[in-house]
Amino acid sequence: MSPRRTEQGGRIDRARTIRFTFDGAAYSGHPGDTLASALLANGVSLFGRSFKYHRPRGVLAAGVDEPNALVTILRGEAREPNIPATMVEIHDGLVAESQNRFPSLSWDVSAVNQLAGPLISGGFYYKTFMGPIIGPLKGTRFWMVCERFIRRAAGLGRAGTVPDKARYERMNAFCDVLVVGAGPAGLTAAKAAAEKGARVILADLEPRLGGSANWSGEVIDGKPAAEWAAAAVNDLRAVDNVRLLPRTTVWGYYDGNTLAALERVSDHKQHPAKGEPRHRQWTIRAKTVVLATGALERPLVFPGNDRPGVMLAGAAERYANEFGVLPGQKVAVFTNNDSAYRAAHALKQAGAAIVAIIDVRADISADMLDFAGKAETEMLPGHAVVAAEGGRKLTGIKVQRFDAASGTVSGEPRSVAVDCLLMSGGWSPAIHLASQAGAKAEWNEALQAFLPPKPTQKWTGAGAFTGAFSTDEAIEQGHAAGLAACSAGRDHFDAPAIEAAPGAPGSEPVFEIQVTGKSFVDFQHDVTAEDVRLAHREGFVSVEHLKRYTTLGMATDQGKTSNVPGLAIMAAALGKAIPQVGTTRFRPPYSAVSIGSLAGERHGDLKPERLTPMHDWHIANGATMYSAGLWWRPQIYGHAGETVEQAYVRETKGTRGTAGIVDVSTLGKIAVQGPDAAELLDRVYTNMFSTLAVGKARYGLMLREDGLAFDDGTTWRLGEQDFLMTTTTANAGKVMQHLEYFLDVIWPELKVTITSVTDQWAGAAIGGPNARAILAACVEGTAVDNAALPFMGIVHGEIGGVPVMICRLSFSGEMAFEVYCGADWGTHVWETLMEVGKPFGLVPYGLEALGTMRIEKGHVTGAEIDGRTTARDLHLDWMLSKKKPFVGSAMMDREGLVAADRLQLVGIVSLDNRPLNGGAHIVEQLDEENPHGSIGHITACCYSPSLGKYIALALVEGGKARHGSRAFTSDPLRGRFGPVEIVSHHFFDPEGSRMHG
Amino acid sequence: MLITCPYCGPRDLSEFTYQGDGNRQRPAPNSQDLDAWNAYVYDRQNPAGDHNEIWQHSGGCRIHIRVVRNTLTHAISSAVPVRGHHGGKA
Repeated sequence: MSPRRTEQGGRIDRARTIRFTFDGAAYSGHPGDTLASALLANGVSLFGRSFKYHRPRGVLAAGVDEPNALVTILRGEAREPNIPATMVEIHDGLVAESQNRFPSLSWDVSAVNQLAGPLISGGFYYKTFMGPIIGPLKGTRFWMVCERFIRRAAGLGRAGTVPDKARYERMNAFCDVLVVGAGPAGLTAAKAAAEKGARVILADLEPRLGGSANWSGEVIDGKPAAEWAAAAVNDLRAVDNVRLLPRTTVWGYYDGNTLAALERVSDHKQHPAKGEPRHRQWTIRAKTVVLATGALERPLVFPGNDRPGVMLAGAAERYANEFGVLPGQKVAVFTNNDSAYRAAHALKQAGAAIVAIIDVRADISADMLDFAGKAETEMLPGHAVVAAEGGRKLTGIKVQRFDAASGTVSGEPRSVAVDCLLMSGGWSPAIHLASQAGAKAEWNEALQAFLPPKPTQKWTGAGAFTGAFSTDEAIEQGHAAGLAACSAGRDHFDAPAIEAAPGAPGSEPVFEIQVTGKSFVDFQHDVTAEDVRLAHREGFVSVEHLKRYTTLGMATDQGKTSNVPGLAIMAAALGKAIPQVGTTRFRPPYSAVSIGSLAGERHGDLKPERLTPMHDWHIANGATMYSAGLWWRPQIYGHAGETVEQAYVRETKGTRGTAGIVDVSTLGKIAVQGPDAAELLDRVYTNMFSTLAVGKARYGLMLREDGLAFDDGTTWRLGEQDFLMTTTTANAGKVMQHLEYFLDVIWPELKVTITSVTDQWAGAAIGGPNARAILAACVEGTAVDNAALPFMGIVHGEIGGVPVMICRLSFSGEMAFEVYCGADWGTHVWETLMEVGKPFGLVPYGLEALGTMRIEKGHVTGAEIDGRTTARDLHLDWMLSKKKPFVGSAMMDREGLVAADRLQLVGIVSLDNRPLNGGAHIVEQLDEENPHGSIGHITACCYSPSLGKYIALALVEGGKARHGSRAFTSDPLRGRFGPVEIVSHHFFDPEGSRMHG
Repeated sequence: MLITCPYCGPRDLSEFTYQGDGNRQRPAPNSQDLDAWNAYVYDRQNPAGDHNEIWQHSGGCRIHIRVVRNTLTHAISSAVPVRGHHGGKA
């Protein structure tokens, strides 16, 4: 006999049929079915193969706690593995596959592992593959060889390889009260808070709100509980201060009452609405939270408790009452508490025969005996199931007398033929979120369960979550929690009348029937009771170590069913009480979270692009653009057929021969203004700025507090209290923050305002022998000759009718000028300069030529100011003022920062006429086989048209002392070895005659 | 974590930049006391409990805020502009 659909009942829409496939076979179900309930209704009992032993497995649970029935859902070519079939709502066209079987689910070759069971015990992989095996394959290496085969044989579903085309989105929400769990407690709490005007979010991981009301079979306010819940949900839906979130798992409880929730928006739809995401990731900031997350039933641990057909009693009750499915037709019940009697009653009413109720307790209450009588069943108090038999289907169980006090069995085992065994090992409140919120769980001896502790964040609990397992308590607590959450006082509450099933909440402290055979604790990771005891014999005493060694509770279900039985067995082995052993802290997520939903829309290239005002001109004029941080800058303006090197050599020659122009709008620009502006600059720069005349600029160097070089740039004095600071492109933000910190935190007495004006100015540097003539031909309102515009002078004028500011300074080493204008005029001024410059041979140049000319001049940039070099290392010690303290001045002379063997800036010339590589090492002795003995590295390199050689800047031990000496470049990564000469970093025009004119 | 910017109100952590231990004492600019400089540059307090920290509202108004944050619970008991709230810090 098999599981089957009941004649009537359940919260499914029997009028409509849904068709789906599982392992290629077509099945049908009804709206309201999960994949698990629909397959059971079709008589399917085998859902998958287990992780390690490939044992046949069925469905254990009915909800998020399911460890066995994991399936892969296929959406087009995308596959999502390890989804509990209990959490999949069926829809037309759904395609699901079972996992971890080869070649098929019913005939699986690796099931032979069951015979080798004793060999594959806890810690098997560690012992076998990490151990001291002799020979070339010892230890970790051997493991790495074997791992790929083991991973294929063991394990769960296979991840897909095609890109996931589904859309995911993220949402932020704020509320007064977040109610987690929409059972009777949660519904009542939401209603109470909403009536007080609070903004309420009610989230539940099931599609159908109502929780236990959907399957308890109780009567509330004279109505079936499910109808009472549906009416309560409708009431909440009707008010606009309540947001209902079905199919939403609140999976993380973070600081400041911030909770993370995953809403499965359209997984249950064949055709999602246009624009509808698959999942929505919620970040909910709640003033208070009501945790009404219910409780999870525990299995009992006995041989064969993993056979298909063995099911949690509460799950069977749910299948019968909510889904109209009978998990079996000849049913036995095995329990240590009262709750399973209700399940027996439910299955009896749904049409199953209850063959026997086996209770580990010898004394059964009159209420329960009465209940058992209604189920027309044989009562076996003081008995236990010692074996569940069968292969892909349960065929029978063996029962023996059992003494709960001693935990021993006696008498002859008796066989009972059944096709389904319900078990209940008691209930564990779902305290995961409370545990995540920061408090330690507390063991309750009467309930044999961990209860939530006193809150460390703003939450209140209600219902089974608190250990109050009856519906009337849940409703009472829910009402109180809802009021407390919105700080309303207790008012008169007309609690609904409830006809509840009888039964006491506690369970007998029996977790395992210890007899010979494989008794599973963690179904999903195939951890048996014997594995736990083995870990104890091998010396593991901490629950944290036990968990990691046996992997108990570390599977995708995170030990929802296995946690407490595992602890109990460990505690028994240690001869301690459960609270002395303690429990592991729960971590987010409560259940699996799709990676796509965490990314939301934030995937692909997310960097903003910063474009200079002249960007379009560069593109239109053949520039190859290059990403420099967030900026896009011209690399070269290549001509047809040119290589990059040919292009930058041409641009460099053009600039040094006639004139060149480069876009420098990306330089960081900070307006430093106020009575103390000069004082601030004196403090943050190593050199003096208070002595700088208005209308002049000065090159400045900044150190960090620890004395290392930070940034360099020119600062222009536009007025007595008005400076324009420029920074390197890369450090613009950092320098701004550096200045803000000092002004806010260290020197708040300074009257200075700083403003980032990088984007307000467009800048062009024009340099070369003809540069001044070009400016003279187009600048109006000012002279640009040596008298009006000396080196480091600033003038204001107009180009093409647009106001410009021109400073004569040089990075290229030529007679050069930086021309700034308002950003919106950038292209106009640039085009005017290009037009006027045409007869003078003006060429635009890009980053490559810019770099080439700065290397020839030995100017440093971020490659040399790398956070490890000092001013002295870069030969900038002439900029260190001795007349004043500045940021870094106290720390820059520390022993290690002035040592003779520090890496210092030098020039490198390739002696074999081949290009050098950035990052290559400099060595004294060349050893291509075994490269060693680095004395430094190359920071920047180019072909120098001025020298006709391949040159580089490098940081080399001893620096200057090596000028004129031979060394080698050693670049094993790119196979480039060869002789070089170490020279001064001033390759070209060391006297600066060209720029001074 | 939310930090209540004195100007902008409660804002998400992602808008802020941690700017270090607020207990650090910067020596006088011309001080030659290297131990004091070392302590300022490198030593950080790491209490289990209330910690005096400097945060910048870098994704907002950009002011620096002196925040007292409990490192065990992340509870913030005070957030005031650093300017005007020195507590004798140099």
